[in-house]
Amino acid sequence: MTLSRRTFVKVGGAALALPLLGSRAFAQLEKVKIGFIYVGSINDNGYNYAHNQGRIYVEEQLGDKVETVFVENVPEGPDCERVLRELAQQGCQLIFATSFGFGDSVVKVAAQFPDIAFEHATGYMNGPNIGLYNARFYEGRAVCGTIAGHMSKTGKAGYIGSFPIPEVVMGINALALSGRRINPEFTVKPVYISTWNDPAKEADAARAMIDQGIDIVAQHTDGPAALQVAAERGIVGGFGQGADMSAFAPDTQLTAIIDHWGPHYLASAEAVLAGTWTPGNTWEGLKEDVVQMGPYGAKVPEDVRAAADQVKNGQIDGSFHIFTGPIKDNTGTERVAAGVVMTDAELLSMDWYVEGVEQPA
Amino acid sequence: MELALAILITVVGASTPILIAALGELVVEKAGVLNLGVEGMMLIGAIAGFVVQFHTGNPYLALLCGAAAGTAASLIFGFLTLSLSANQTATGLALTIFGTGFSALAGSSYSARPVTLMQPLFPAEFYGNPIGRVIFGYSFPVYFSFVMVVAIWYFLHKTRAGLILRAVGENDQSAHSIGYSVIGVRYLAVMFGGAMAGIAGACFPLLLTPQWAERMTAGRGWIAVALVVFASWKPFRLLGGAYLFGLVMTTELYAKAGGGPLSAVPSELWAALPYIATVVVLVLISLRRDASTNAPACLGKPFLPAN
Repeated sequence: MTLSRRTFVKVGGAALALPLLGSRAFAQLEKVKIGFIYVGSINDNGYNYAHNQGRIYVEEQLGDKVETVFVENVPEGPDCERVLRELAQQGCQLIFATSFGFGDSVVKVAAQFPDIAFEHATGYMNGPNIGLYNARFYEGRAVCGTIAGHMSKTGKAGYIGSFPIPEVVMGINALALSGRRINPEFTVKPVYISTWNDPAKEADAARAMIDQGIDIVAQHTDGPAALQVAAERGIVGGFGQGADMSAFAPDTQLTAIIDHWGPHYLASAEAVLAGTWTPGNTWEGLKEDVVQMGPYGAKVPEDVRAAADQVKNGQIDGSFHIFTGPIKDNTGTERVAAGVVMTDAELLSMDWYVEGVEQPA
Repeated sequence: MELALAILITVVGASTPILIAALGELVVEKAGVLNLGVEGMMLIGAIAGFVVQFHTGNPYLALLCGAAAGTAASLIFGFLTLSLSANQTATGLALTIFGTGFSALAGSSYSARPVTLMQPLFPAEFYGNPIGRVIFGYSFPVYFSFVMVVAIWYFLHKTRAGLILRAVGENDQSAHSIGYSVIGVRYLAVMFGGAMAGIAGACFPLLLTPQWAERMTAGRGWIAVALVVFASWKPFRLLGGAYLFGLVMTTELYAKAGGGPLSAVPSELWAALPYIATVVVLVLISLRRDASTNAPACLGKPFLPAN
């Protein structure tokens, strides 16, 4: 492009207007455009599917006051920066980065677009225009662990993890702690497979654990592969993760942890519309309906359902917290004193396993 | 003992799709064509196989349609690289990207739907005991992969047609000058590679995990391409290589799940093992006195007749 006088005036005018735009940050809006980026496919039946359901929920609730765009299968790395920048340049006023590994990119891009509200899921780096939001999935794990502790015959559960990040470690620990409240001999064997989405590897990991004596399988990866193997091998059961996966293993899914991001997304969208958005740091769970439990499987007996309901309701009314001391780690050292509840900061940096969890390599 | 047999059964499942895809690529490369689109053709085969299995419940038809879909995808590659002499490396990479996207699009409405796994080939009486289970307990593609190892070896080294295919891969100008259709032979090889990749892809929903998931082959097409080099273009070595890779991938999971001494090996090292093994094998091959890697001389070069 040659720089004619006309374009020079246009560009100059735009540059002059920039500070004005800046001063109008977070003003009231007629309509909000929201961008979502997902680390996997919206058809994964799990984590990313759930985020996309949240997006659809916002569209349904706000109708023509909202426009949403989403980009799926965004790798955690430099590509993410590019996608975030594109969404920002497309005119999104609110952008949700829905995976832990997007954090660094969000921090960089948010600094370049101070007028845009960014929200990063399950992350820890906030900023003047970066809000954090997370869900207390471990509350769901505590319900699952209660069922597992009652129903496991071998007293051993397997847990397929993606990466040993606090989010996953916390879930493993919650399953072990709640299982051991029922059966003090209950153990959890974690196997990390270094990927969120490799169904064949997830299935083989489940086979490897079932061949070596576990009869309950839980997973913190994105799909139902492990649950299908549980059904194929006829073990006691497993749990849906992220979404209700009962379609894949109707008799084997004992319950499911359902991510229900819709209410959070709606609240943020409304705040941006009203001009009242501020970078928050929310961590909501069963009580706020951001984590939901799926229906109990037919196999789960009445008394176990009652015990699971009790744990669920205790977490909703605040009378029960799974990370209440005394808690020993898996080397026998006491980490949390009797009666003390772990703080959110401690939970979000958890890098040790509780008693009953076999140390993964 | 029982555990060893259980591990073996899982190894067979993990190795079969890699072996089938790699066998196809071996024939393609023997004809002098490098098709890096194996991963993409596998995904197209996987979604085609899934859709047919979902609607008909006939796994043999599903495998056949997987093969047909893989062949169709390979024809795109064939047309561009053979008829239009496009760069094979770039076209192959493009085919993988296309296959990933196309399979995701075609499968978008099949996400929350399970299918049934393919049943074992032999009747249940054959595999009542553990030994019988290890020998007779698999479904058709496993036996197919073994038969194809022998068949491809026989074809390449004992038949006239195989000799022509190798000639086209070693010296295309000579093959052309004595009257063989280089492009025609290469088309047939590329289509065969596509069919095998399609079958390998269809094995994922039919054998390993009865669902459709985007990118469900998760890089195994690339392992298949690497294996062909690893095996220095020899079918029986390919069989060994595929099972070695399958063994490493599976042992990792069993070791982690089992406790034992192997579980102390960090998972990063396990993940790197197949690649370390490839490097070691390549070094060993190049150390040999004759220093030939056995690579087809015309591999990756477009054919332009000299006269």
